[in-house]
Amino acid sequence: MVTPMENETLTIKAEAKDLNFYYGNFQALKGLNMPVYDKKVTALIGPSGCGKSTFLRCFNRMHDLYPGTRYEGGINFQPDNTNLLSDKVDPIEVRMRISMVFQKPNPFPKSIFENVAYGLRVRGENRRAVLDQKVEEALRSAALWGEVKDRLNDLAFNLSGGQQQRLCIARALATDPELMLFDEPTSALDPIATASIEELVSELKEKVTILIVTHNMQQAARISDHTAYMYLGELIEFGVTDQIFIKPQQKATEDYITGRFG
Amino acid sequence: MTPEQKLNNIRTIIAKAKRFDLAFAVLGILSLMLGVLVFAALFGQMFIDGAPRFTLDFFSSFPSRRAENAGILSAWVGSILVMLVTAMAAVPLGVAAGVYLEEYAPKNLLTDIIEINVTNLAGVPSIVYGLLALGVFVYQFGFGQSILSAGLTLALLILPVVIVATREAIRAIPGYVREGAYACGATQWQTVRDHIVPYSMPGILTGVIIGLARAIGETAPIITIGALTFIAFLPPTPIQETFPFMNMDWLTAPFTVMPIQMFNWTSRPEAEFQHNAAAAGFILVLMTLSMNALAIYVRYRLRKNIKW
Repeated sequence: MVTPMENETLTIKAEAKDLNFYYGNFQALKGLNMPVYDKKVTALIGPSGCGKSTFLRCFNRMHDLYPGTRYEGGINFQPDNTNLLSDKVDPIEVRMRISMVFQKPNPFPKSIFENVAYGLRVRGENRRAVLDQKVEEALRSAALWGEVKDRLNDLAFNLSGGQQQRLCIARALATDPELMLFDEPTSALDPIATASIEELVSELKEKVTILIVTHNMQQAARISDHTAYMYLGELIEFGVTDQIFIKPQQKATEDYITGRFG
Repeated sequence: MTPEQKLNNIRTIIAKAKRFDLAFAVLGILSLMLGVLVFAALFGQMFIDGAPRFTLDFFSSFPSRRAENAGILSAWVGSILVMLVTAMAAVPLGVAAGVYLEEYAPKNLLTDIIEINVTNLAGVPSIVYGLLALGVFVYQFGFGQSILSAGLTLALLILPVVIVATREAIRAIPGYVREGAYACGATQWQTVRDHIVPYSMPGILTGVIIGLARAIGETAPIITIGALTFIAFLPPTPIQETFPFMNMDWLTAPFTVMPIQMFNWTSRPEAEFQHNAAAAGFILVLMTLSMNALAIYVRYRLRKNIKW
């Protein structure tokens, strides 16, 4: 189904295999099979409640925080072919490799510096010089350094919404993740902040694999290489973004994309 | 109906409906005044009655058989030391229990039973704590009728307040902040240490101070464990000249506290002592009020940096 772009080989970074997910007795994800390609942006689209955020949150085992949730099947993570959902794999280990940016900017009520440094501190890094360097790198990558370099000790809450979200991206970047998850990162932001985050996501894929949930189809079309359309917990169609948007294989996808549904 | 009639109609309806606003506001002010005025009257009365005793000597004198020489030195020192022990015991225990119940405890029957128990503890009459403490701290543990026993007793008394305050404060932390910490790869303990406890500090401290303000006025459990009413000396000072330069002897010293001193004076037949009692009461209320004020201030200061 997937046709690789010209002169380009795709490597799989993670792949969902017959993934089922349950909230108690309710099955929220039904037999998902889908690859996430290395150093690419993969977008998950679909109407509200279709399970795209639920799917995303399987990748960093966020569901483990809540009782009554259950995974079946697996997400195989490369290059070590670890099943992220296995009972034997510690969710903390998974979250150390895969970072996440949330829907609402959620900086900690700490300084800008400490927000970005938190992931490093959790990993036992307390050397000031290393922290200084990594924080600066992360803030530069998140296109925030110029705006905050003179006030790293200010509270993160003093930043604007868009800056806070970029701070959260810096926090997620500082620990050199292999995969970054974005859960509708621009839904709480104004159009200008949204544009800057989108631009940032497109730049980041040079360094890191990105999986992004969005309810905004134009956004998916603008920034992603691959797109998956989900509906009622099922994967309806997965393919190269251009193909999904120009000539989808499934009628359901076409209806959603053309706005006849959803 | 002309448009004009329609408009008048609407205005009549609004005016009618608004009468209830007025009625409720009056009722509310009256209920408030009832509490505030009664308190103000009591407070004022104590101030007037105690006025002749508000001298430095009153604060720096031990109790005496002669009312005009008697002071509250041993009482206020005792109260402060007992509060110190209470805070030292109740804060770590209460915060740990609250954090455990909110963050670690599995949601099962046992947890539910513990929760109900904690809530019920808050309703146990304080004299029952006194009896418990008499049996456990004074005799079983052999702490005697000391500051330590009294402090631990009052710590038990305010423990539910601290636990409930801790839990409420933790629950106010939004889920997405907690998720943010976990998403960084933090363990449960790191999340609790770096986020949950610091962010719930304003609420916890407020609860602790409110609890202490309640404890400082408690009389019954302290009498039950056998606090003396006539103490003409201070506990030994914790600092000494020889190594290790400090000692904990004050913990086991006999003591009295403000409400007991006050109670003692009110039960004296001589009218002169009533002035002492009123003055001590006034100081005690002042202590409680300033603790409440401190709670409000602490909350305001710490909340300033946290917005959600």
